[in-house]
Amino acid sequence: MAFLRAIFSHPSGRIGGTIVLVYLVIALLGVFGVTPHNPLQQFRIDRLHGPSMKYLMGTDLFGRDVASRLMTAIGQSFLVAFASVAIASIFGTILGLTAAWFGRLWDGLVMRIMDVLLAFPAILLALLIIAIAGPGSFTSIAAIAIVYTPIFTRVVRGPALSIKGREFVDAARTFGSSRRYILTRHLLLNLVAPLTVQVTLALAWSLLTEAGLSFLGLGTQPPAASLGLMLADSRNMMETAPWLLIFPAVAIMISILGFNLLGDALRDIFDPKTRSRPA
Amino acid sequence: MTYLAKRLLTFPLVMLGVSILVFVAIRMVPGDAITAMLGTEAGLLTPAQRQALAAYFGIDQPILVQYGHWLLGVFKGDLGISVIHGKPVLGIILERFPLTLELALLSMMIAILVGLPAGIFAATRTEKLSDLGVRIIAMIGQSTPNFVTGLLLIYALSAGFGILPTMGEFTPLTVDPLKNLGQMILPAITLGFAFAASVARISRSAMLDVLSEDYVRTARSRGAPKRWVIWRHALPNALIPVVTISGVEFGYLLGGAVLVEQIFALPGLGRLVLEAILQRDYALVQGCVLFIAFNFMVVNLLVDLAYVALDPRIRLGEGS
Amino acid sequence: MISPLLSVSNLHVGFGRDLVKTEIVKGVSFDLSAGETLAIVGESGSGKSVTALSINRLVDFGGGRITAGSIMLSRADGTTVDIATAKEPVLEKIRGGEIGMIFQEPMTSLNPVLSIGRQIAESFRLHRGLTGRQAEAAAKDALDRVRIPDAARRLKYTPNQLSGGMLQRVMIASALACNPRLLIADEPTTALDVTVQAQIMALLAELKRETGMGMIFITHDIGLVAGSADKVMVMQAGEAVEQGPLDDILDRPQHAYTKHLLSAVPHFQSGRAARADFARQQKQMAALKVEGLTVRFPVSGSIFSRSPGSVHAVENIGFDLMPGETLAIVGESGSGKSTTARAILGLVKPIRGDFSTPGTNAATRTDPGVQMVFQNPYASLNPRLRIDSILAEPVIAAGEPVTAKTRERMAMLLKRVGLPEDSLERYPHQFSGGQRQRLCIARALMLNPKILVLDEAVSALDVSVQARVLELLIDLQKEYGLAYLFVSHDMAVVERIAHRIAVVYAGQIVEIGDAASVLSNPQHSYTKRLISAVPTIDRRQQHFEIDTRQIPSLVRPAGYEPPQADWRGFGGDHRARVEA
Repeated sequence: MAFLRAIFSHPSGRIGGTIVLVYLVIALLGVFGVTPHNPLQQFRIDRLHGPSMKYLMGTDLFGRDVASRLMTAIGQSFLVAFASVAIASIFGTILGLTAAWFGRLWDGLVMRIMDVLLAFPAILLALLIIAIAGPGSFTSIAAIAIVYTPIFTRVVRGPALSIKGREFVDAARTFGSSRRYILTRHLLLNLVAPLTVQVTLALAWSLLTEAGLSFLGLGTQPPAASLGLMLADSRNMMETAPWLLIFPAVAIMISILGFNLLGDALRDIFDPKTRSRPA
Repeated sequence: MTYLAKRLLTFPLVMLGVSILVFVAIRMVPGDAITAMLGTEAGLLTPAQRQALAAYFGIDQPILVQYGHWLLGVFKGDLGISVIHGKPVLGIILERFPLTLELALLSMMIAILVGLPAGIFAATRTEKLSDLGVRIIAMIGQSTPNFVTGLLLIYALSAGFGILPTMGEFTPLTVDPLKNLGQMILPAITLGFAFAASVARISRSAMLDVLSEDYVRTARSRGAPKRWVIWRHALPNALIPVVTISGVEFGYLLGGAVLVEQIFALPGLGRLVLEAILQRDYALVQGCVLFIAFNFMVVNLLVDLAYVALDPRIRLGEGS
Repeated sequence: MISPLLSVSNLHVGFGRDLVKTEIVKGVSFDLSAGETLAIVGESGSGKSVTALSINRLVDFGGGRITAGSIMLSRADGTTVDIATAKEPVLEKIRGGEIGMIFQEPMTSLNPVLSIGRQIAESFRLHRGLTGRQAEAAAKDALDRVRIPDAARRLKYTPNQLSGGMLQRVMIASALACNPRLLIADEPTTALDVTVQAQIMALLAELKRETGMGMIFITHDIGLVAGSADKVMVMQAGEAVEQGPLDDILDRPQHAYTKHLLSAVPHFQSGRAARADFARQQKQMAALKVEGLTVRFPVSGSIFSRSPGSVHAVENIGFDLMPGETLAIVGESGSGKSTTARAILGLVKPIRGDFSTPGTNAATRTDPGVQMVFQNPYASLNPRLRIDSILAEPVIAAGEPVTAKTRERMAMLLKRVGLPEDSLERYPHQFSGGQRQRLCIARALMLNPKILVLDEAVSALDVSVQARVLELLIDLQKEYGLAYLFVSHDMAVVERIAHRIAVVYAGQIVEIGDAASVLSNPQHSYTKRLISAVPTIDRRQQHFEIDTRQIPSLVRPAGYEPPQADWRGFGGDHRARVEA
């Protein structure tokens, strides 16, 4: 509770937090199909209908309701984003933590493998993985997870190394505390802050990557809706039906903005340096 | 010296890892290579023809041998033959690369020329309206996917001014610089916007960090005016993270901006990779990915060199 | 009467939005004449540093504002200016030109990416308009002036290539470059070793004589200024509680806080204040016996050359410690004193040496009878754990269940170390530095140990907090019959708590013996140097010798073994290493 209060008393936390909450509600509604219309139903007479009271964001070439499709698309994108970030953060944390703790050969091996993965631009690595496993939502999740695992590994390893050198870990060693106790109670517990920030920012990136992949036709497959697909479909009609471009574009921008703002706020809240201090 | 030496030593190691990863990954693509290459026509082949083809491409041998052959070729500058283009892979890559390089350079120019001054400016007037403005724009820039920026730019130009960006045949810089720049300016702005946003954000926060350092207070205690403090003391230190971010982003751009090239119909490296992957052109994918990773690592090495030039703590080793 | 160089009256400084509520300096007034040194003494939070930063208005950049009062400075051209209301362009002329300043942390006070030559030359560029070669020559002269050998070559060094003491000299060179009429020194020696501190103090005294400048010296150590100040101002909670000539303040303090600073706080008394409440008995079993302890760290060579050898951090150290006794290990940074402590707790691996305690578990190499208290109270408690979890950790580590009895012991120990009972449900950040150190002591006592290793355990605390924690330690020692291995650089603190003292220098014990004997009658040349460098209230206006000797490098080629040491006894168990 104190944590939520801290977020909402931070200016960008307030905006970011609100955006994320609203999107979460929309995503849930979209996932469970609570939308104004059936997103797959084609209202043939109302093809390429502009925004109106009946179709809040208009209809597309097949007469499908854009608002409903947008809601399911957001649900779909959020599913992919949350799943991939969950996987990446778990693997990244395990790898980074053990690399920092055991050091030596294991550290060298893990970090060199991460260097190899980081030598590919994110989208290229994702493309490569999709080429292997074939396009689809599950591949997108796997691809994005693999792309972001090295980032989590690095984000965990750095602070873990510095915490490992702190005196409370030395103290724990003098008591003879078990490795498991030190790793979980001393290291992991103190990594919660940087991890929370990173998870938030990674959600923004993975939304971005997912949209890019489905824009190329390699993510979610039609007729299911996804933000990238909707944008790709809008390309040839942007002059006659700009709402097909504007609404998904703005939806994707604001969702990423929300996570970025929230991530910034969390960083400020966790960072002792930015708290006001007397000179 | 040890820092640079270490970096130089990991370079071939990581490249080796990249080459193995790429090689293995490609061979994990489902379906056999000949079918992937020839599509439906493969069904017309007799088993003997199939075997001959396999022998011709060397894919009938154990994977380690294949890898060895390929690696040997790489050292000789031979990345193999592209099946869809029927030409040497390296030649195709080098044909496409100038566009990608130009686009990356233009975007970085925009990012540095706009982002850096904006970030410094914002840092020197924190909590004022101008700082807030820079931060909001940078935040939006960082939150907008490149292809969305590109689509919106195209839409704004066509709806607002009735201009449709020329989508025609691409003109290389060497043929007609003006026409080339006309074609490149929109994609460069598209990529430069997000790039500038991250440069602005990082230079602002680095500048703020540095301005609260003890040595800045020392400089002020000597009577250094604000501008002197910013340019001579803060900037050289604040540049270090800016160089890192710019290097990483530039390195990624050298890999080709797949989506932006797609939107603006530019025949760059990104689209080459995309096509190669979609059409299962093994040799081309391998070649491209290796080339891109190599470029990325070279840029990273250059960033390290820049570090060494900027920061004597790295040059001379900490605490010597 | 000549008008003073600086006259501060009724100075008020506030911070942040609510300047009144967050007032740090509450009406401070003082005068300073040319050639005079004023010492401002106080603990953290007293407002002494903010007062100093207000005199050249650097306080503006830290979010502070002068809300009332005046700071009249008589300038070189004979005019007088009120710094409290002066505009920034005027202040820029005054800073560096007429008021120089040096800071506490020389390591962070110089720009890491610029050569020291450029940073010194900066003053000449800003105030004298010198450029290029002229500025460089002036910078070299400035370095010569602070007695840095080989100045011409060192101009090109960057800060990371110089030691803390050298950097502080560079800071002085740069602050005095344009011959300011006033130098503000804000705890300039706090981050330095005691022998280096003595050198910096000597240098400052000499330069003051040469130039006739006025000086304001900020410190928490009233003993330090006894040797150099003309006047003293004591600050507490933003107010100047007492000020006057040095001798009046030291000999006839009026205010209770000044008296407290002079009596309760440890001041070095050359062995006269040493403890006499312990005597070794014949045939007693030692609580801890250390023999031939040696720790070496390999120096990693570059890829192109072989490793140049290893750092001989601890070389053949041996001693014994009786139950109920305190052995202090004293030395300066890099002497190996902390490494010794860490080796005994198993935190670093010695390459050889025996240490045995009656309860050592051969399997884990840990002994619940030996516990450690670390230097930094802010880093030695996990910020994310509640106090009850923190206190339970040694119990859990020892494989014992956490029962109602354990909680009873926690509550008892907290009460014993002087913490409120509700502490168990709180988190570390809710405690002050001194309280946290008490928590660490309580945690160390959870398993009822025989020996406490205290690694600079009071060094990070304010002086009056130091005194109280020392008292607590002495009480606990008597109550539980604890043996202390007390590692410290601070001779005044050591004098209060040690029964015996071992002086370590460059990884080796050079002198060991009864505390009073070692402190009053040091035999080894290093011990003598160390003790003569310790500031005391007794030595007034003392002349320090400038000594530029450096600690020898501890890196030795592979396979190097130091020669066997010869020892000479000086009565009792006081022995010193024979010097070549």
